[in-house]
Amino acid sequence: MAEINREDVVHLARLAHIDMGDAELDRMAGELAVIVDAVKAVSAVAGDDVPATSHPIPLSNVFREDVVGHTLTAEQALSGAPDSEDGRFKVPAILDEE
Amino acid sequence: MSELIKNSAAVLAAKLAAGEVSAVEVTQAHLDRIADVDGDVNAFLHVNTEEALAVAAGVDKSRAAGEQLHALAGVPIAVKDLIVTVGQPTTAGSKILEGWHSPYDATVVKKLRAARMPILGKTNLDEFAMGSSTEHSAFGPTRNPWDLDRIPGGSGGGSAAAVAAFEAPLALGTDTGGSIRQPGAVTGTVGVKPTYGGVSRYGAIAMASSLDQIGPVSRSVLDSALLHEVIGGHDPFDSTSLPDPVGSLVEAAKRGDVKGLRIGVVKELGGEGYQPGVQARFAEALELLRGAGAEIVEVSCPNFEHALGAYYLIMPSEASSNLAKFDGVRYGLRVLPEDGPMTIERVMGATRAAGFGDEVKRRIILGTYALSAGYYDAYYGSAQKVRTLIQRDFDAAFAQADVLISPTAPTTAFKLGEKLDDPLAMYLNDVATIPANMAGVPGLSLPGGLAEEDGLPVGVQLLAPAREDARLYRVGAVLESLLEEKWGGPLLAQAPVLGGSR
Repeated sequence: MAEINREDVVHLARLAHIDMGDAELDRMAGELAVIVDAVKAVSAVAGDDVPATSHPIPLSNVFREDVVGHTLTAEQALSGAPDSEDGRFKVPAILDEE
Repeated sequence: MSELIKNSAAVLAAKLAAGEVSAVEVTQAHLDRIADVDGDVNAFLHVNTEEALAVAAGVDKSRAAGEQLHALAGVPIAVKDLIVTVGQPTTAGSKILEGWHSPYDATVVKKLRAARMPILGKTNLDEFAMGSSTEHSAFGPTRNPWDLDRIPGGSGGGSAAAVAAFEAPLALGTDTGGSIRQPGAVTGTVGVKPTYGGVSRYGAIAMASSLDQIGPVSRSVLDSALLHEVIGGHDPFDSTSLPDPVGSLVEAAKRGDVKGLRIGVVKELGGEGYQPGVQARFAEALELLRGAGAEIVEVSCPNFEHALGAYYLIMPSEASSNLAKFDGVRYGLRVLPEDGPMTIERVMGATRAAGFGDEVKRRIILGTYALSAGYYDAYYGSAQKVRTLIQRDFDAAFAQADVLISPTAPTTAFKLGEKLDDPLAMYLNDVATIPANMAGVPGLSLPGGLAEEDGLPVGVQLLAPAREDARLYRVGAVLESLLEEKWGGPLLAQAPVLGGSR
C-alpha cells in the first residue's frame, strides 16, 4: 500500500482547507507516515466475504411525524456567525475576480 | 473546605430530601471548592456561578412549598465543554469556538434542567475530544488531582478531575474511544460509556458519529447509575437514539450480587504492554469477584488486535467530515488571509489554520487521506470490515460470559508532556477501551486500587452486551464494595490534599 509523503500532505491540506507553512508540512508528513505505517495492516485483515459495518447498532427508516416542530429562529441561527446581514450569513467572495 | 463536598450524589440527594441541607448550601460548597483548587487543577473552562445558585434557590423554594421533586434535584453537576448549553459558552476546547454560545441546549442538558440539577460549569477537554491526556486543549491542560504533574486522562480529563478533586459530585463526559473510561481509570473515579444510542447525542459536538457516546462521570457506581437514568432514553432529535427504555440501572447497582455470573477475562486485553501494578490490581479484582461467587472464565477476541488500527482510520475519517462545518461562516472564528484575494476558500484556509490545534489538524488530514479516491476501499472500507470482525468476537465472547473484564488502560497516569511529541504512543493508551466503541457495547471503568510502583490509580473495565448496561452496574457495585471494604473506605480518601483551605 502507498505511503504518505509530503506532496500528499500538501494536496490533503488544500482539500481540507487548512493553510500550512513549510515547517508544518514537513512535521505533519513525518508524523502521518508513522501513523499510516501503524494502521495500514488493517487493509489486509478481512477477506472479501466479510461485510462492512458502518454503525454498531443500525436503525433504518428513522422518521418523525410529518408535523411542524420547533426550529431555531433566523436570529438564533445567526447569533454565533462572524458576519451577517439582513437575516443571512455574510460570506466573503465565492469566486476570485482576478 | 466544607465536608459537604465529600458526599456522593446519592448521599447529597438523601440529605436534600430530608431537609438536612439546602441546595444552595450544596452548590455554594462546590463553587467554593472550585475557587479554592481549580487554579491548580484547571478542570473548568467556565464556572456558571449565578445560574447554578439560582437553580439551587429555586429547588429549595419548591421543596419548602412541598412540591414533588426529582431525586437528584439540587445535586450539582459539571458538563464537558463538548456539550452545548444555552447561557454558557461552548468551546470544545478549541480556539475556533472560543466565546461561542449555542442557541440551543443538548438533550442531556435539557434533562439535567428538567431534573433541576444546578450546572456548575463546563469542563476542559482535548480539543474536539481528540486526545488521551487533555493536553490538546487550546486553554491549557487539566492536571491530575493525584499528582499535579501528571495527566488526568482524556479527552474528558476535566470532568474526571473535577469529580476526583471534589469540585463536583457528578459530571457528563463523552466517549469515542475511551474518553470517559480512561480518565476515570487514571483519576480513581467511575466513568460509563452507555450502549451506543442509549443516551441522546443531540447537542454533543460530533467527532466520530458512529462511535461517540455521552455518559456519566462520578465517584461511585451508584452515582453513575443515578445520572445514567436521568440522561438515558429515546430522543427523536437523534436518529441513532435507541427506542428502548433506559432500564433499571439504580436497582441493578443496589442489587449487589454476582453469584453464578460468568465473568470473561479478555485474553488480548492484558499481559504484555500492561504495567505490572495494573496487572496486579486487576488480578486482585478477579480474586474478589471469584470469592463473591462469580465464575471467572477466559475468552479470546483475536480481532481486538486490529481494533486500534481500524479505529485510527474510522475516527479520523468521520472527524474530517464532521469538522468541515467549521468554515468561518456559520459560527466561531473568522480569520482573514494577510494578503491576496479575499475569497471564501482562502478565508476558510486561514481560519482553520489559526483555529485548529495540531492534533485536530493531524486527524483531519489523516481522515481526508483515508477517504480519498483510490484509498477509500483500502482504508475506510477495510476498517469497517474489521469492525464486523470485532463485533463477531464480542458475540462469541458473550456466548461464554455474561460480562467481560479487563484493565481500563495499560498504564497509570503519565507525566504531562511525556507523550505529546509521539502521537502513536498517545493513541496506544486507548487500546483496551476502543473495542467497545467499535461494537457499540457499554463499558464501565471503576477504581481498582493503586499501582505499587507509583502509587497512582488503576482502572478496571467491565463490558456488557449492547442494551445490557444494567449488568455493568450490578457487577461494578459488587466489586466496588469489596474493594472499599479492603481499603477501609473509598480510594479517593487516599488522594493527596489539594490547595486552598487544606
